Amino acid sequence: MNLILIFISAAIVNNFVLSYFLGICPFVGVSKQLSSAVSMGMAVTFVMTIAAAVTWLIYHLILVPFQVVILEYVAFILVIASLVQLVEMFIRKVSKPLYDTLGIYLPLITTNCAILGLALFATLREYGFIESVVYGVGAGAGFTLALVMMAGIREQLELADVPKHFQGAGITMIVAGSLALAFMGFAGLLSV
Amino acid sequence: MELTSLLISMGSMGGLGVLFSTGLSIANKKLHVEEDPRIAKVEDALPGANCGGCGYPGCKSFAENVVKGNVEITDCTVASQDAIQEIADIMGVEAGTSEPKVARVMCRGGAYETAKKAEYAGAESCLAVNLAGGGEKLCEYGCLGYGDCVDACPFDAMYMDENGLPVIIEDLCNGCGNCAEACPRDVIEIHPVSHKLFVLCKNHDDPKTSRQLCTRACIGCQICVRAVEEGQMEMDDNLAVINYETYGDQAELPTDRCPTDCLVVFNGEEEEAEEHTVAEQAA
Repeated sequence: MNLILIFISAAIVNNFVLSYFLGICPFVGVSKQLSSAVSMGMAVTFVMTIAAAVTWLIYHLILVPFQVVILEYVAFILVIASLVQLVEMFIRKVSKPLYDTLGIYLPLITTNCAILGLALFATLREYGFIESVVYGVGAGAGFTLALVMMAGIREQLELADVPKHFQGAGITMIVAGSLALAFMGFAGLLSV
Repeated sequence: MELTSLLISMGSMGGLGVLFSTGLSIANKKLHVEEDPRIAKVEDALPGANCGGCGYPGCKSFAENVVKGNVEITDCTVASQDAIQEIADIMGVEAGTSEPKVARVMCRGGAYETAKKAEYAGAESCLAVNLAGGGEKLCEYGCLGYGDCVDACPFDAMYMDENGLPVIIEDLCNGCGNCAEACPRDVIEIHPVSHKLFVLCKNHDDPKTSRQLCTRACIGCQICVRAVEEGQMEMDDNLAVINYETYGDQAELPTDRCPTDCLVVFNGEEEEAEEHTVAEQAA
C-alpha cells in the first residue's frame, strides 16, 4: 500500500516537473513531437530507476558505513553521469534515428536536476531499497507524463492560430504554467 | 582522524570511479557502433565551426550526409577550396566549385539617418525590440540596430559601427547565414560575392513617407531603373530591385544618380572608408 502511495505521489501529486519544477530543460526542449517525447520519457525513467537503486546501494553500503555522507553529491553525480553514458551508447546502438532526434538533450540528462533531485529526496526521506526504486519509477513516470502532455498540446498548437506576440517561446511558457497550475490541484493530497 | 577520512573519501570515490569507468569501457566495446571511417576523415577536413550554414546541426552531421551522398560538398560555404578538394579526394568524387558567399546588410538607416518615434529603454535585443513595437526608428522595414546579428556571427566577422548599423568584415565572412536568420526584419541577405551592386533599402512605403522616415531610403524615384537596360532592375512596390540574373556585366553602374545614396557598389575597401565618412558627417 505504501509503495503505491509513493508511486502516485512521485508521479502525480508531487510531479517532478510540474510541481517541483525540476528538469525543465528537456521538458521544453524535447516536447515538440509526441514520439520523441515518449522516447525521452523512457530514457529518463530508465536512468531514474537505475539511479535510485544504485544511489541507495552506494549511500547505505559505502557512504554511511565509512561516514563520508558528505560526498553524496559527488557520488550521485558520478552514478548519474555513468548511467547516462550507458543509455546514450545503448540508444545509439539500437536506434540511430532516435539518437539523432534526442540530440543534445540525451547527454544533457546528465545535468538534469530531476535525477539528482530524485536521489537526494530518496535519501532525505529515508526510503528503503524497494521504496527508492518505486520512487524512481514513479518520478520517471511523472516526468514522462508531463512531457507527453506537453508534447500533445504543442502538436495541437502547431495548427492553432496563436496571436503573433505569443508565438514560439511565449505560448510554450503559458502552456507549461497552465499545466503546472492544473497539477497544483493535487497539492497536499499525499505527503509520502 | 582527518587523514583517515581523507583517505576513505579518496578511496571510496576513486573505487567508484574505477568501477564505473570499467563498466563503461566494457559497455563501449559491447555496444560499439560501426561507423563509416570516411565520416571522421571528412569531419576533420571541414572547418569545424559548427555554424549551421549548410542546414545541418553541425559539421559532424554534415560529414555524415556527405558520406551518405545526401548533400554536395560545396554546400559548406565556409570550407576553403583546398578543404573541399580534400573531402572530394576522400570521397573519390569531382570537387566542383562553389562561389563564395557573403552577407550584406540591406539597410543604411543608422541612428543619424532615421526619424525617431520614441525612446526605447527595454532589453537590448532586436528580437525583443521587434516584439515591443519596433523600437525607436519609425521605419518598419529597416535595421533595428541592437546587434542580434553580431551576436549570432560565429566568425567574429561583424561589428556595430558608431551609427548603430552592423558592418560586415568581408574577409572574415563566410556567408553561413546565421546573421540573416537572427535578424527579425530580414535586413541581412546572403549574396554571392559577384553581386556588387545593391539597393540597400527594404522600405516599401510610398515615396513621401519613406523620404520622411530616413534620408537613406529608397524613395521609389525610378531613376536607377530607367538608367539601366530593360529588365535589369524593376520596381517592386516602391522599392527598386536588382534582377541579378539579367544584370550581366554590371558595367554601367548608376550609383551616382541615386538621390538618397542607397544604391551602392561593394568593393571591400571602399565600403570601409565610406562607413567612416558617414559617421563623421553625421557627427
